[in-house]
Amino acid sequence: MSAARTKVVPIAHSIAQLAAGPKSKAAVDAFFANNQFPLVDDVDTTFVWRGDAQGVNLRHWVFGLPSSHPLTRLDGTDVWHFTLKLPPTSRVEYKFEIIRHGHGEWVGDPHNPNRAHDPFGSNSVAHGKGYQVPDWSRPIASSPPGRMDEVWLDSQVFGRRSYGIYLPARFRRARRYPLLIVHDGHDYMRYAALGYVLDNLMARLEIPDMVVALTSSPDRLHEYANDERHARYITDELVPHLERHFPLRADPQHRCLMGASFGAVAALSTAWRRPGFYGKLLLQSGSFAFTDIGEGNRRGPLFDPVVQFMNQLRAEPRAMSERVFLSCGMYESLIYENRSFVPVLQSTGMDLRYSESRDGHNWENWRDRLREGLSWLFPGPLLMVYE
Amino acid sequence: MKSVTLVGPQPAGSEQVARILAQRGIKRPVALVTAGWQERESEDEALIASFGVPAVNLRLHARSEELFADSLRYAPPEGTNHASKLARDPELSTAYKARQERLRHMQVFYRMRLESADDVAQAIAVRHVDDALLEEEQRVSIDILKRLDGDHLARCQRLQDEFDARCTPEQRPSIALHRKELAAILEPAGALVIAGGHVASLLNRMRLFGVLDLARHLPIIAWSAGAMVLTDRIVCFHDYPPYGKDIAQVLDSGLGVAPGVVVLPDPSHRVRMDDARGIRRFAERMAPALCLAMDVGAEVTFEGGRIVSGQAFLLSTRGEVDRDWRGGELVGTRPATPSAGGPA
Repeated sequence: MSAARTKVVPIAHSIAQLAAGPKSKAAVDAFFANNQFPLVDDVDTTFVWRGDAQGVNLRHWVFGLPSSHPLTRLDGTDVWHFTLKLPPTSRVEYKFEIIRHGHGEWVGDPHNPNRAHDPFGSNSVAHGKGYQVPDWSRPIASSPPGRMDEVWLDSQVFGRRSYGIYLPARFRRARRYPLLIVHDGHDYMRYAALGYVLDNLMARLEIPDMVVALTSSPDRLHEYANDERHARYITDELVPHLERHFPLRADPQHRCLMGASFGAVAALSTAWRRPGFYGKLLLQSGSFAFTDIGEGNRRGPLFDPVVQFMNQLRAEPRAMSERVFLSCGMYESLIYENRSFVPVLQSTGMDLRYSESRDGHNWENWRDRLREGLSWLFPGPLLMVYE
Repeated sequence: MKSVTLVGPQPAGSEQVARILAQRGIKRPVALVTAGWQERESEDEALIASFGVPAVNLRLHARSEELFADSLRYAPPEGTNHASKLARDPELSTAYKARQERLRHMQVFYRMRLESADDVAQAIAVRHVDDALLEEEQRVSIDILKRLDGDHLARCQRLQDEFDARCTPEQRPSIALHRKELAAILEPAGALVIAGGHVASLLNRMRLFGVLDLARHLPIIAWSAGAMVLTDRIVCFHDYPPYGKDIAQVLDSGLGVAPGVVVLPDPSHRVRMDDARGIRRFAERMAPALCLAMDVGAEVTFEGGRIVSGQAFLLSTRGEVDRDWRGGELVGTRPATPSAGGPA
């Protein structure tokens, strides 16, 4: 018998009870009816699937763990289970791979109501002990909603293109507002609840009322990868257009670029090309790939211009902005690139805040960091208001 | 100035102000300031109904909007003899906005210096050296914070003085119009009541229109931001900001009619009352001022610049919170300090 076979697999308490019981259909039905899935206790998170299959795998995107874990069938039942030690406050997106007739099919966890959506579909979500979906990311009746519109812009760079505009609930033409430009802004709205987040943080005075422009690109993997055209579009066309049509505070302290993944590269490289124009940057899980020697990279040719840009920036770091909020999930492959970017940014004198979470490269991770990032970059009147 | 009474937050249904007015025998209409509510300034119906006497809102925020408007948007109420068409003052508006912009930058830079000094203080505090040296170093750390506070206050005051000298607000016809109207409201009033809200917005408007100069004959009742602006030093604070941690920061000199205290409204939601080290550091930094945390029900009365009665939480330099502080032992013991920044 091999060592692997003799290894004792930890089993959550309720699974152990099921294993010790009669294992009848009624007992299994009751097990599923009486528990929430995955099963979570102080240290263990147990993923459970029920059904006939040749095999079942847990598929997830936690960098540092094998991406596939086989579930074990509980003898005498159609219940499959696997237990993972998830540190408190973890948030993990996953699917089950069901093997039948030699083929695998990826499905969501039918017993877990928590789903996260992204442009590719949806995943089930495991909440480690202590994780809670932030209340400020959900609609709150007392937070008046801002107004959303879609605006067309005739760009000399990209032709006719639209962008979204969010105006705060108490918007007044006579006031002047800070400007936040969000790369992949429509996805932030759809998948990271950006609209609710803005409504709630403004209502709670945690950020000031601001105008938010949502940009999206039909070819983001090229346009966002340190493409000079993108920087020109944002700085020379979009910002002047916004300043003509909306009452904005037209100074660096009140201009912020934001983005996640390649969107963070786009925000950073746009600011880099116009130092001092954008006073604030909010960069989430940036795809800040670089090499210490040579120009090859393990992530493929799409990253080549990113690596070239990051290598240049890291060789001669300079303050392109004033305040930078950087965040990354510990379970992302990009954690190394982001962590090692911190001292580089600090060396420029820019005011930097870096935040990590036990999460992956996904929209809800980016959603959950918005309160800290936005309120740090744009402190609201909370400190000034004493009712 | 007659008595000045500072009270804690006034939640809906509070009868505290009505009780104080009744105790003072005030039956005439009171003058009300809700400028801290900014655009919501006029939403005062429920508040006035709680006073038990009529009230006239001084509408300081609306008046300043009129003065600073890019175009005339302000319509005086029906029946008022208000020369609003003459009241715009673009020159004053430009100078005022430039001053505010400069103050905002100064506040940010001051805060950066505070954070840096505080980080160093904490780094020193964890060093393993003898207790006497550590104690001495802690005093030095506090002194550095005090110097930063004092320097910031002095620079704010200089900016205010320069603004006053250059723009002479009290001599401008635009301001004179409003002051005349305000005097007509305040002269027959029974008291001046100042609500909370945005503390900088409130302070600026109280100063701009010289409200306290016009209200010297009146008792004053003020809460939260209203109470803060009446002290001689306004300190902004929040131990639970959304971005994790913050350090208390001096905003500006107040109007100085309630001197010698730092008012901390709503401590239940804003102050880590169980953080003895934090309480001690804050109290030492603000000393010799008394740090008064004022929750719902708190009440501190000044006469002639001295505390004559009090009920609040006192944050002590021993790191303790005296929840039974009644101000009694302080009657007559604190010298009245002159106003650091009286009304313009």
